[in-house]
Amino acid sequence: MEFKDYYKVMGVARDATEAQIKQAYRKLARKYHPDVSKEKDAEARFKEVGEAYEVLKSPEKRAAYDQLGKDYRPGQDFRPPPNWDSGFEFSGAGPGGAGPGDADYSDFFDALFGAQARSGRGRGGDSHPGRGEDHHAKVLLDLDASLNGGARSFTLRVPEIDAEGRLVSKERTLNVQVPKGILAGQQIRLAGQGEPAHGKGTAGDLYIEVEFAPHPLYRVDGRDLSLELPVAPWEAALGATIKTPTPGGTVELKIPAGSHAGSKLRLKGRGVPATPPGDFYVVLQIALPPANDERAKAAYAAMAAAAAGFNPRASLGV
Amino acid sequence: MSPSDDQALPGTIFDESAILSIKDLSRMCAVDERHIVEFVEEGVLSVVNVRSEWHFTGDALRRARLAVRLERDLELNLAGVALAVELIEELAQLRRQLEARSK
Repeated sequence: MEFKDYYKVMGVARDATEAQIKQAYRKLARKYHPDVSKEKDAEARFKEVGEAYEVLKSPEKRAAYDQLGKDYRPGQDFRPPPNWDSGFEFSGAGPGGAGPGDADYSDFFDALFGAQARSGRGRGGDSHPGRGEDHHAKVLLDLDASLNGGARSFTLRVPEIDAEGRLVSKERTLNVQVPKGILAGQQIRLAGQGEPAHGKGTAGDLYIEVEFAPHPLYRVDGRDLSLELPVAPWEAALGATIKTPTPGGTVELKIPAGSHAGSKLRLKGRGVPATPPGDFYVVLQIALPPANDERAKAAYAAMAAAAAGFNPRASLGV
Repeated sequence: MSPSDDQALPGTIFDESAILSIKDLSRMCAVDERHIVEFVEEGVLSVVNVRSEWHFTGDALRRARLAVRLERDLELNLAGVALAVELIEELAQLRRQLEARSK
């Protein structure tokens, strides 16, 4: 396994004070916290920073790490000597200690301090002994799954404690019946799909928080959907009945005379089929026919003559 | 793979209609009930009163877990957590709108 330079990860000097380490941690944690950050590798960086802080904030762990690490360079192959930690006393941070609780620490950390040294992994507040923990995940879902319901496969990474007591993550594919009408930010509950029961208890549940991938036609705003619908100039000006796609299928839509680009028409209850259902908005866009032959050019010229005095830039003062 | 409807696990929407007791919520977030009360007092969570007893919706679970993570990982105090949760939710909302508009 590779030696990890926790000082480098935290961006502090080897003789940094506790206050400097804390300050560096807070700054990096805010930068890479997966709930806050949009950096590409935020989650991996956050774990790395959490692991480094877990060691450097504890005087005992830091002393042990310094003692062991003084001959190593980052990336160098590393084997902890047997019984290397004798002579150091670990107080073992209990639940409530700072540091990422679901932390997936590196093999390097586990080799040094053992999986039991993780802080914040207590089952605090569990009033049902034997009940497996609930698991939580986020998925990116296609909007059609919510509009029509249906089964979707998700591959989730599930942390597990292996036979040697190490935290490993396993892939697990679930085929889930997506409830129709689910909205972005809502959770799908899968009863009994969390951590298995301990002994005679019951299994935990799995909660999957949903976000939608962009849809080729519709924009989503909460439970409402909107569609940009191109219309010809005469359809907007004179009014027309035209076809528009909606989640429930193609419908005939009446465009009132005198509509313009940006006019918004509402089809009540045809949005996401939630309870209550959202609305479907059609936003008109004017599509111009090309003036690529004599007849079309003549038609544009005739329109220019008929609409003499029309200044599309009047609001710009020119 | 082609998921078929017959073998799919039935999912239910866990939202405003799901009702949790303070005991449920504290277990699901692995914090004690007193801490949930603090979240309510700080305005991080809102409660539904049913016969003068506190209840929470499914949405509160997501907010409470976010609050617990922020508090623990960023060493924030309660007021900081409340502010961060509000800003994060607003940001998520704006990002969704932006994504929808910038297609």
